[in-house]
Amino acid sequence: MDNAKWTFGLTMMIVGMGGTFLTLWILSLVMDLLKKVFPLAAKAAGPEKK
Amino acid sequence: MFESLQTGLYGLTSGVSYLFTQGGPNVIMLLIAATLLYLGVKKEVEPLLLVPIGFGCLLVNIPLSDLMESGGLLRILYDMGIANEVFPLLIFVGIGAMIDFGSLLENPKMLLFGAAGQFGIFFTLLLALALGFPQLEAVSIAVIGACDGPTAIYVASQYAPQLLAPISVAAYSYMALVPIIQPPIMRLLTTPAERVIKMAPIKRSVSPQTKLLFPIVVTLVTGLLAPKGLPLMGTIMLGNFMRESGVVARLTKASENEIANIVTLFLGLAIGGTMEGHAFLKPETLAIFGMGFIAICMDTVAGVVFGKIVCKLTGGKVNPLIGAAGISAFPMAARVVQVQGQLYDKKNHLLMHAAGVNTGGQIGSVVAAAVMLSVLKGMGLI
Repeated sequence: MDNAKWTFGLTMMIVGMGGTFLTLWILSLVMDLLKKVFPLAAKAAGPEKK
Repeated sequence: MFESLQTGLYGLTSGVSYLFTQGGPNVIMLLIAATLLYLGVKKEVEPLLLVPIGFGCLLVNIPLSDLMESGGLLRILYDMGIANEVFPLLIFVGIGAMIDFGSLLENPKMLLFGAAGQFGIFFTLLLALALGFPQLEAVSIAVIGACDGPTAIYVASQYAPQLLAPISVAAYSYMALVPIIQPPIMRLLTTPAERVIKMAPIKRSVSPQTKLLFPIVVTLVTGLLAPKGLPLMGTIMLGNFMRESGVVARLTKASENEIANIVTLFLGLAIGGTMEGHAFLKPETLAIFGMGFIAICMDTVAGVVFGKIVCKLTGGKVNPLIGAAGISAFPMAARVVQVQGQLYDKKNHLLMHAAGVNTGGQIGSVVAAAVMLSVLKGMGLI
Protein backbone atom coordinates (compact mmCIF):
# COMPACT_ATOMS: atom_id res chain seq x y z
CA MET A 1 0.00 0.00 0.00
CA ASP A 2 1.48 3.37 -0.95
CA ASN A 3 2.02 6.25 1.45
CA ALA A 4 -1.03 8.24 0.35
CA LYS A 5 -3.32 5.27 1.04
CA TRP A 6 -1.73 4.64 4.46
CA THR A 7 -2.15 8.30 5.33
CA PHE A 8 -5.78 8.21 4.22
CA GLY A 9 -6.54 4.95 6.03
CA LEU A 10 -4.89 5.95 9.30
CA THR A 11 -6.48 9.41 9.21
CA MET A 12 -9.89 7.83 8.72
CA MET A 13 -9.21 5.37 11.53
CA ILE A 14 -7.96 7.92 14.05
CA VAL A 15 -10.33 10.80 13.20
CA GLY A 16 -13.23 8.48 12.35
CA MET A 17 -13.02 6.25 15.43
CA GLY A 18 -12.09 9.21 17.64
CA GLY A 19 -14.91 11.30 16.18
CA THR A 20 -17.39 8.48 16.75
CA PHE A 21 -16.34 8.10 20.40
CA LEU A 22 -16.35 11.87 20.93
CA THR A 23 -19.79 12.36 19.34
CA LEU A 24 -21.34 9.52 21.32
CA TRP A 25 -19.67 10.69 24.56
CA ILE A 26 -21.11 14.19 24.03
CA LEU A 27 -24.50 12.63 23.32
CA SER A 28 -24.32 10.62 26.54
CA LEU A 29 -23.56 13.81 28.50
CA VAL A 30 -26.48 15.60 26.86
CA MET A 31 -28.74 12.65 27.65
CA ASP A 32 -27.64 12.75 31.31
CA LEU A 33 -28.36 16.48 31.33
CA LEU A 34 -31.82 15.93 29.84
CA LYS A 35 -32.58 13.40 32.57
CA LYS A 36 -31.52 15.90 35.23
CA VAL A 37 -33.56 18.76 33.74
CA PHE A 38 -36.63 16.57 33.21
CA PRO A 39 -36.56 14.01 36.02
CA LEU A 40 -39.13 11.27 36.21
CA ALA A 41 -41.93 12.73 38.29
CA ALA A 42 -42.75 10.87 41.48
CA LYS A 43 -46.18 9.29 41.41
CA ALA A 44 -48.96 11.74 42.24
CA ALA A 45 -48.61 12.73 45.85
CA GLY A 46 -51.45 12.05 48.21
CA PRO A 47 -52.61 9.53 50.76
CA GLU A 48 -52.11 5.96 49.69
CA LYS A 49 -55.27 3.96 49.24
CA LYS A 50 -55.46 0.95 51.50
CA MET B 1 -44.29 -16.41 -45.14
CA PHE B 2 -41.59 -18.94 -44.18
CA GLU B 3 -39.22 -16.14 -43.30
CA SER B 4 -41.85 -14.53 -41.10
CA LEU B 5 -42.43 -17.83 -39.26
CA GLN B 6 -38.68 -18.23 -38.83
CA THR B 7 -38.19 -14.77 -37.26
CA GLY B 8 -41.24 -15.30 -35.05
CA LEU B 9 -39.81 -18.60 -33.80
CA TYR B 10 -36.44 -16.93 -33.26
CA GLY B 11 -38.15 -14.52 -30.87
CA LEU B 12 -39.37 -17.49 -28.85
CA THR B 13 -36.08 -19.38 -28.79
CA SER B 14 -33.54 -16.55 -28.53
CA GLY B 15 -33.54 -16.59 -24.72
CA VAL B 16 -32.91 -20.34 -24.55
CA SER B 17 -30.24 -20.24 -27.26
CA TYR B 18 -28.51 -17.33 -25.49
CA LEU B 19 -28.51 -19.30 -22.24
CA PHE B 20 -26.86 -22.31 -23.91
CA THR B 21 -24.36 -20.38 -26.02
CA GLN B 22 -23.15 -17.48 -23.85
CA GLY B 23 -25.24 -17.66 -20.70
CA GLY B 24 -22.66 -19.17 -18.33
CA PRO B 25 -22.73 -16.18 -15.92
CA ASN B 26 -26.53 -16.13 -16.08
CA VAL B 27 -26.73 -19.77 -15.04
CA ILE B 28 -24.41 -19.15 -12.08
CA MET B 29 -26.45 -16.11 -11.05
CA LEU B 30 -29.69 -18.08 -11.34
CA LEU B 31 -28.17 -20.62 -8.93
CA ILE B 32 -27.20 -17.76 -6.59
CA ALA B 33 -30.77 -16.43 -6.84
CA ALA B 34 -32.05 -19.91 -5.94
CA THR B 35 -29.67 -19.98 -2.95
CA LEU B 36 -30.89 -16.58 -1.73
CA LEU B 37 -34.51 -17.66 -2.07
CA TYR B 38 -33.75 -20.93 -0.27
CA LEU B 39 -32.03 -19.06 2.59
CA GLY B 40 -34.90 -16.60 2.82
CA VAL B 41 -37.78 -19.09 2.56
CA LYS B 42 -36.47 -22.29 4.13
CA LYS B 43 -33.92 -20.95 6.62
CA GLU B 44 -35.71 -17.65 7.25
CA VAL B 45 -32.44 -15.69 6.94
CA GLU B 46 -33.61 -12.05 6.69
CA PRO B 47 -36.55 -13.19 4.49
CA LEU B 48 -37.96 -9.68 4.08
CA LEU B 49 -34.84 -8.71 2.16
CA LEU B 50 -33.46 -11.96 0.76
CA VAL B 51 -36.73 -12.99 -0.92
CA PRO B 52 -37.11 -9.80 -3.03
CA ILE B 53 -33.33 -9.63 -3.61
CA GLY B 54 -33.30 -13.27 -4.72
CA PHE B 55 -36.28 -12.76 -7.02
CA GLY B 56 -34.83 -9.56 -8.46
CA CYS B 57 -31.60 -11.48 -9.14
CA LEU B 58 -33.62 -14.23 -10.84
CA LEU B 59 -35.50 -11.72 -13.02
CA VAL B 60 -32.46 -9.78 -14.15
CA ASN B 61 -30.49 -12.89 -15.09
CA ILE B 62 -33.09 -14.38 -17.40
CA PRO B 63 -31.38 -13.75 -20.75
CA LEU B 64 -32.62 -10.80 -22.82
CA SER B 65 -35.16 -9.76 -20.18
CA ASP B 66 -33.89 -6.16 -20.31
CA LEU B 67 -35.35 -5.41 -16.88
CA MET B 68 -32.36 -3.27 -15.92
CA GLU B 69 -32.25 -1.44 -19.24
CA SER B 70 -33.70 2.05 -19.53
CA GLY B 71 -37.47 1.79 -19.01
CA GLY B 72 -37.27 -1.70 -17.50
CA LEU B 73 -39.12 -2.39 -14.24
CA LEU B 74 -36.03 -2.93 -12.08
CA ARG B 75 -34.24 0.09 -13.58
CA ILE B 76 -37.25 2.26 -12.75
CA LEU B 77 -37.21 1.02 -9.14
CA TYR B 78 -33.44 1.55 -8.94
CA ASP B 79 -33.64 5.11 -10.26
CA MET B 80 -36.67 5.83 -8.10
CA GLY B 81 -35.11 5.09 -4.75
CA ILE B 82 -31.56 3.75 -4.78
CA ALA B 83 -29.74 6.05 -7.20
CA ASN B 84 -31.01 9.00 -5.13
CA GLU B 85 -30.75 7.18 -1.72
CA VAL B 86 -34.40 7.71 -0.85
CA PHE B 87 -35.27 4.04 -0.09
CA PRO B 88 -32.74 3.48 2.74
CA LEU B 89 -33.75 6.80 4.29
CA LEU B 90 -37.47 5.90 4.22
CA ILE B 91 -36.58 2.60 5.89
CA PHE B 92 -34.77 4.59 8.57
CA VAL B 93 -37.95 6.53 9.36
CA GLY B 94 -39.62 3.16 9.99
CA ILE B 95 -36.71 1.90 12.11
CA GLY B 96 -36.85 5.06 14.22
CA ALA B 97 -40.58 4.56 14.69
CA MET B 98 -40.01 0.97 15.86
CA ILE B 99 -37.19 1.52 18.37
CA ASP B 100 -37.71 2.38 22.02
CA PHE B 101 -34.55 4.14 23.19
CA GLY B 102 -35.74 3.95 26.81
CA SER B 103 -33.24 1.28 27.85
CA LEU B 104 -30.39 3.40 26.49
CA LEU B 105 -31.67 6.54 28.17
CA GLU B 106 -31.69 4.70 31.52
CA ASN B 107 -27.90 4.48 31.27
CA PRO B 108 -26.58 6.85 28.56
CA LYS B 109 -22.95 5.74 29.11
CA MET B 110 -23.92 2.56 27.26
CA LEU B 111 -23.58 4.67 24.11
CA LEU B 112 -19.80 4.25 24.41
CA PHE B 113 -20.22 0.51 23.79
CA GLY B 114 -21.98 1.56 20.59
CA ALA B 115 -18.82 3.43 19.60
CA ALA B 116 -16.50 0.49 20.38
CA GLY B 117 -18.73 -1.77 18.30
CA GLN B 118 -17.90 0.23 15.17
CA PHE B 119 -14.18 -0.62 15.22
CA GLY B 120 -14.69 -3.21 12.50
CA ILE B 121 -15.59 -0.42 10.05
CA PHE B 122 -12.25 1.30 10.42
CA PHE B 123 -10.23 -1.93 10.57
CA THR B 124 -11.90 -3.11 7.35
CA LEU B 125 -11.23 0.22 5.69
CA LEU B 126 -7.49 -0.35 6.19
CA LEU B 127 -7.86 -3.91 4.94
CA ALA B 128 -9.74 -2.84 1.79
CA LEU B 129 -7.11 -0.20 1.05
CA ALA B 130 -4.36 -2.78 1.55
CA LEU B 131 -6.13 -5.06 -0.96
CA GLY B 132 -5.98 -2.26 -3.53
CA PHE B 133 -9.53 -0.91 -3.51
CA PRO B 134 -9.76 2.82 -4.29
CA GLN B 135 -10.57 5.10 -1.35
CA LEU B 136 -14.32 5.56 -1.82
CA GLU B 137 -14.86 1.88 -2.64
CA ALA B 138 -12.89 0.97 0.51
CA VAL B 139 -15.10 3.27 2.59
CA SER B 140 -18.26 1.72 1.12
CA ILE B 141 -17.02 -1.82 1.81
CA ALA B 142 -15.97 -0.86 5.35
CA VAL B 143 -19.50 0.31 6.17
CA ILE B 144 -20.62 -3.35 6.08
CA GLY B 145 -19.05 -3.27 9.57
CA ALA B 146 -21.81 -0.89 10.67
CA CYS B 147 -23.93 -4.07 10.61
CA ASP B 148 -26.73 -1.90 9.33
CA GLY B 149 -28.22 -2.63 5.90
CA PRO B 150 -29.73 0.79 5.10
CA THR B 151 -26.51 2.61 6.11
CA ALA B 152 -24.42 0.30 3.91
CA ILE B 153 -26.80 0.83 0.98
CA TYR B 154 -26.88 4.60 1.52
CA VAL B 155 -23.08 4.92 1.44
CA ALA B 156 -22.48 2.39 -1.34
CA SER B 157 -25.16 3.82 -3.63
CA GLN B 158 -23.50 7.23 -3.35
CA TYR B 159 -19.83 6.38 -3.53
CA ALA B 160 -19.50 2.89 -5.05
CA PRO B 161 -22.72 2.08 -6.95
CA GLN B 162 -20.86 -0.57 -8.95
CA LEU B 163 -20.36 -2.51 -5.67
CA LEU B 164 -23.87 -1.99 -4.32
CA ALA B 165 -25.04 -5.57 -4.95
CA PRO B 166 -22.26 -7.46 -3.14
CA ILE B 167 -22.12 -4.88 -0.32
CA SER B 168 -25.84 -4.98 0.40
CA VAL B 169 -26.13 -8.76 0.11
CA ALA B 170 -23.09 -9.17 2.41
CA ALA B 171 -24.46 -6.63 4.91
CA TYR B 172 -27.85 -8.32 5.21
CA SER B 173 -26.45 -11.86 5.17
CA TYR B 174 -23.97 -11.21 7.97
CA MET B 175 -26.58 -9.35 10.02
CA ALA B 176 -28.65 -12.51 9.90
CA LEU B 177 -25.62 -14.60 10.86
CA VAL B 178 -24.86 -12.56 14.01
CA PRO B 179 -26.16 -15.38 16.30
CA ILE B 180 -23.64 -17.73 14.68
CA ILE B 181 -20.67 -15.36 14.29
CA GLN B 182 -20.66 -13.72 17.73
CA PRO B 183 -20.84 -16.51 20.36
CA PRO B 184 -17.45 -18.17 19.62
CA ILE B 185 -15.72 -14.77 19.78
CA MET B 186 -17.52 -13.91 23.03
CA ARG B 187 -16.42 -17.21 24.60
CA LEU B 188 -12.87 -16.85 23.34
CA LEU B 189 -12.38 -13.39 24.81
CA THR B 190 -14.02 -13.80 28.22
CA THR B 191 -13.21 -15.90 31.28
CA PRO B 192 -15.85 -18.11 32.94
CA ALA B 193 -15.83 -15.73 35.94
CA GLU B 194 -16.54 -12.72 33.71
CA ARG B 195 -19.43 -14.45 31.93
CA VAL B 196 -21.39 -14.96 35.17
CA ILE B 197 -21.10 -11.37 36.42
CA LYS B 198 -24.56 -10.16 37.40
CA MET B 199 -25.35 -6.53 36.65
CA ALA B 200 -27.52 -4.37 38.90
CA PRO B 201 -31.15 -4.20 37.76
CA ILE B 202 -32.08 -1.08 35.79
CA LYS B 203 -34.28 1.38 37.67
CA ARG B 204 -36.89 3.27 35.68
CA SER B 205 -35.64 6.85 35.59
CA VAL B 206 -36.58 8.37 32.23
CA SER B 207 -39.39 10.90 31.97
CA PRO B 208 -41.65 11.20 28.90
CA GLN B 209 -40.19 14.71 28.27
CA THR B 210 -36.66 13.25 28.08
CA LYS B 211 -37.81 10.58 25.61
CA LEU B 212 -39.54 13.23 23.51
CA LEU B 213 -36.58 15.61 23.45
CA PHE B 214 -34.02 12.85 22.85
CA PRO B 215 -34.53 12.59 19.04
CA ILE B 216 -34.34 16.37 18.63
CA VAL B 217 -31.15 16.63 20.70
CA VAL B 218 -29.49 13.71 18.88
CA THR B 219 -30.37 15.26 15.51
CA LEU B 220 -28.93 18.63 16.54
CA VAL B 221 -25.72 17.28 18.09
CA THR B 222 -24.87 14.80 15.34
CA GLY B 223 -26.02 17.22 12.64
CA LEU B 224 -23.66 19.89 13.94
CA LEU B 225 -20.71 17.52 14.40
CA ALA B 226 -21.17 15.38 11.28
CA PRO B 227 -23.52 17.19 8.88
CA LYS B 228 -22.90 14.79 5.97
CA GLY B 229 -24.69 12.08 7.91
CA LEU B 230 -27.72 14.18 8.74
CA PRO B 231 -30.06 12.44 6.26
CA LEU B 232 -29.34 9.13 8.06
CA MET B 233 -29.69 10.40 11.62
CA GLY B 234 -32.43 12.90 10.77
CA THR B 235 -34.74 10.25 9.32
CA ILE B 236 -34.23 7.72 12.12
CA MET B 237 -34.87 10.43 14.70
CA LEU B 238 -37.92 11.74 12.80
CA GLY B 239 -39.46 8.27 13.12
CA ASN B 240 -38.59 8.15 16.81
CA PHE B 241 -39.94 11.64 17.48
CA MET B 242 -43.25 10.72 15.86
CA ARG B 243 -43.37 7.58 18.04
CA GLU B 244 -42.62 9.44 21.29
CA SER B 245 -44.90 12.41 20.53
CA GLY B 246 -47.89 10.08 20.48
CA VAL B 247 -49.93 12.55 18.43
CA VAL B 248 -49.28 11.15 14.96
CA ALA B 249 -50.08 7.51 15.55
CA ARG B 250 -51.26 7.08 11.95
CA LEU B 251 -47.97 8.38 10.55
CA THR B 252 -45.95 6.30 13.01
CA LYS B 253 -47.86 3.13 12.12
CA ALA B 254 -47.59 3.87 8.40
CA SER B 255 -43.84 4.45 8.73
CA GLU B 256 -43.16 1.21 10.58
CA ASN B 257 -45.62 -0.87 8.55
CA GLU B 258 -46.94 0.15 5.13
CA ILE B 259 -44.12 2.50 4.07
CA ALA B 260 -41.35 0.28 5.45
CA ASN B 261 -42.90 -2.80 3.82
CA ILE B 262 -43.41 -1.24 0.39
CA VAL B 263 -39.95 0.32 0.40
CA THR B 264 -38.37 -2.95 1.56
CA LEU B 265 -39.98 -4.76 -1.38
CA PHE B 266 -38.85 -2.14 -3.92
CA LEU B 267 -35.38 -1.90 -2.35
CA GLY B 268 -34.89 -5.67 -2.40
CA LEU B 269 -36.04 -6.02 -6.00
CA ALA B 270 -33.85 -3.13 -7.16
CA ILE B 271 -30.77 -4.52 -5.36
CA GLY B 272 -31.47 -7.93 -6.91
CA GLY B 273 -31.63 -6.11 -10.23
CA THR B 274 -28.03 -4.97 -9.80
CA MET B 275 -26.88 -8.60 -9.52
CA GLU B 276 -26.28 -9.14 -13.23
CA GLY B 277 -23.76 -11.89 -13.90
CA HIS B 278 -21.12 -9.80 -15.64
CA ALA B 279 -21.16 -7.23 -12.82
CA PHE B 280 -21.42 -9.61 -9.87
CA LEU B 281 -19.16 -12.51 -10.80
CA LYS B 282 -15.82 -10.91 -10.08
CA PRO B 283 -13.02 -11.69 -7.62
CA GLU B 284 -13.91 -8.39 -5.89
CA THR B 285 -17.25 -9.87 -4.83
CA LEU B 286 -15.54 -12.68 -2.91
CA ALA B 287 -13.13 -10.17 -1.37
CA ILE B 288 -16.08 -8.01 -0.25
CA PHE B 289 -17.81 -11.00 1.37
CA GLY B 290 -14.56 -11.91 3.15
CA MET B 291 -14.00 -8.37 4.39
CA GLY B 292 -17.63 -8.06 5.53
CA PHE B 293 -17.15 -11.16 7.68
CA ILE B 294 -13.93 -9.77 9.16
CA ALA B 295 -15.65 -6.42 9.83
CA ILE B 296 -18.39 -8.00 11.92
CA CYS B 297 -15.89 -10.21 13.78
CA MET B 298 -13.76 -7.16 14.61
CA ASP B 299 -16.85 -5.23 15.79
CA THR B 300 -17.54 -8.06 18.24
CA VAL B 301 -13.90 -8.29 19.33
CA ALA B 302 -13.71 -4.55 20.02
CA GLY B 303 -17.06 -4.53 21.84
CA VAL B 304 -16.12 -7.40 24.16
CA VAL B 305 -12.61 -6.02 24.80
CA PHE B 306 -14.17 -2.63 25.62
CA GLY B 307 -16.55 -4.50 27.96
CA LYS B 308 -13.57 -6.10 29.71
CA ILE B 309 -11.94 -2.69 30.18
CA VAL B 310 -15.16 -1.22 31.61
CA CYS B 311 -15.50 -4.32 33.81
CA LYS B 312 -12.03 -3.68 35.30
CA LEU B 313 -12.65 0.07 35.69
CA THR B 314 -15.95 -0.47 37.51
CA GLY B 315 -14.59 -3.16 39.81
CA GLY B 316 -16.46 -5.99 38.12
CA LYS B 317 -19.90 -4.39 37.92
CA VAL B 318 -20.24 -4.78 34.16
CA ASN B 319 -20.46 -8.12 32.37
CA PRO B 320 -18.11 -7.88 29.35
CA LEU B 321 -20.49 -10.00 27.25
CA ILE B 322 -22.78 -6.99 26.79
CA GLY B 323 -20.04 -5.37 24.66
CA ALA B 324 -20.97 -7.75 21.83
CA ALA B 325 -24.33 -5.97 21.57
CA GLY B 326 -22.64 -2.69 20.58
CA ILE B 327 -23.41 -3.38 16.92
CA SER B 328 -26.44 -2.25 14.99
CA ALA B 329 -28.10 -5.63 14.47
CA PHE B 330 -31.14 -4.92 16.66
CA PRO B 331 -32.46 -6.77 18.63
CA MET B 332 -30.52 -9.83 17.52
CA ALA B 333 -27.23 -8.91 19.18
CA ALA B 334 -28.95 -8.18 22.52
CA ARG B 335 -30.64 -11.59 22.38
CA VAL B 336 -27.30 -13.28 21.67
CA VAL B 337 -25.86 -11.68 24.82
CA GLN B 338 -28.84 -12.81 26.90
CA VAL B 339 -28.58 -16.39 25.60
CA GLN B 340 -24.81 -16.53 26.16
CA GLY B 341 -25.13 -15.13 29.68
CA GLN B 342 -27.78 -17.69 30.58
CA LEU B 343 -25.66 -20.55 29.25
CA TYR B 344 -23.36 -20.05 32.25
CA ASP B 345 -25.91 -18.88 34.83
CA LYS B 346 -29.59 -19.39 34.19
CA LYS B 347 -30.48 -16.63 36.67
CA ASN B 348 -28.34 -14.02 34.94
CA HIS B 349 -30.58 -11.59 33.03
CA LEU B 350 -28.50 -9.34 30.80
CA LEU B 351 -31.21 -8.54 28.26
CA MET B 352 -32.14 -5.03 29.43
CA HIS B 353 -28.50 -3.95 29.68
CA ALA B 354 -27.73 -5.53 26.31
CA ALA B 355 -30.77 -3.82 24.77
CA GLY B 356 -29.41 -0.46 25.95
CA VAL B 357 -26.04 -1.25 24.40
CA ASN B 358 -27.73 -2.50 21.23
CA THR B 359 -29.76 0.68 20.72
CA GLY B 360 -26.49 2.52 21.41
CA GLY B 361 -24.99 0.44 18.59
CA GLN B 362 -27.84 1.49 16.33
CA ILE B 363 -27.01 5.14 16.95
CA GLY B 364 -23.27 4.38 16.93
CA SER B 365 -23.37 2.83 13.46
CA VAL B 366 -25.12 5.86 12.00
CA VAL B 367 -22.76 8.23 13.82
CA ALA B 368 -19.73 6.30 12.56
CA ALA B 369 -20.99 6.52 8.96
CA ALA B 370 -21.84 10.21 9.43
CA VAL B 371 -18.40 10.94 10.89
CA MET B 372 -16.70 9.06 8.04
CA LEU B 373 -18.64 11.02 5.41
CA SER B 374 -17.88 14.30 7.14
CA VAL B 375 -14.16 13.44 7.36
CA LEU B 376 -14.21 12.57 3.65
CA LYS B 377 -15.88 15.88 2.94
CA GLY B 378 -13.27 17.65 5.08
CA MET B 379 -10.50 15.91 3.09
CA GLY B 380 -12.13 17.08 -0.14
CA LEU B 381 -12.76 13.53 -1.38
CA ILE B 382 -16.53 13.92 -1.75
